[in-house]
Amino acid sequence: MGKIMSRQRPLSPHLQIYKPQLTSILSILHRGTGIVLSMGSIILVVWIISLTLGKETYLLFSKVVNHWFSHVVLLGFTFGLFYHLSNGIRHLFWDAGYGYDLKHAYISGGAVVFCSLLLTILTWSIIYLSVI
Amino acid sequence: MNSNIDEKFTKVEDMKTLKTHGVGHWKLQRISAIAMIPLVIWFTTSLMLTLMDGYEQSIEWLQSPFNATGLILLFGTLYFHAASGLQVVIEDYVHHEGLKIVSLILIKLIAIVLGVLSILCVLKIFL
Repeated sequence: MGKIMSRQRPLSPHLQIYKPQLTSILSILHRGTGIVLSMGSIILVVWIISLTLGKETYLLFSKVVNHWFSHVVLLGFTFGLFYHLSNGIRHLFWDAGYGYDLKHAYISGGAVVFCSLLLTILTWSIIYLSVI
Repeated sequence: MNSNIDEKFTKVEDMKTLKTHGVGHWKLQRISAIAMIPLVIWFTTSLMLTLMDGYEQSIEWLQSPFNATGLILLFGTLYFHAASGLQVVIEDYVHHEGLKIVSLILIKLIAIVLGVLSILCVLKIFL
């Protein structure tokens, strides 16, 4: 193990030497949203803890979450979630051996951006419409 | 001569363990990704349908064995998937050997703590 580690091997992705393209931006965004969503998942843990602690704590949680600023943050998380979901499905198709050629990589990339935007708008429309 | 053969042998063995280890991680990451698809769709739908209605409605929702099961699976898969994804990112971008090992252990530890904590909360409300 130690012998392999100490040998000089090529290091993977050098982000700064590539010219930005739709495909590379989407790839970076997949990792970026993955990292952000991992941290955002703590909100879910706080949510379930607040429910466990009782109504008073839950109402406090609910009050913080319903602040306009929290809504902006949650809007970002919603887009990140739907993006990571759609692009994750795109990745699974690649893993299965489909859609590797450049043309289809661009078509599926466009579809992923379209779907994640649509799902985000749809979700928040439902949320705001159900409140009214 | 002898030491040369020894060295070659250990290299092959190293490659073998590295290879099988990597394939295992790769597979588990895809399996957890596939599992996350229905779980995320189900949870976001439930969130919009009932979980935003208030405390009593949320507790009632969590007392259904189906919802409690789903939520436990969601938290378990979520933290497994998050840890395995962050592991790849760390392996790709953290080049300092010590820092890499420490952050890998830390990520796994945090994922386990958050996973166990959230699952216990679901169980407490369900029971």
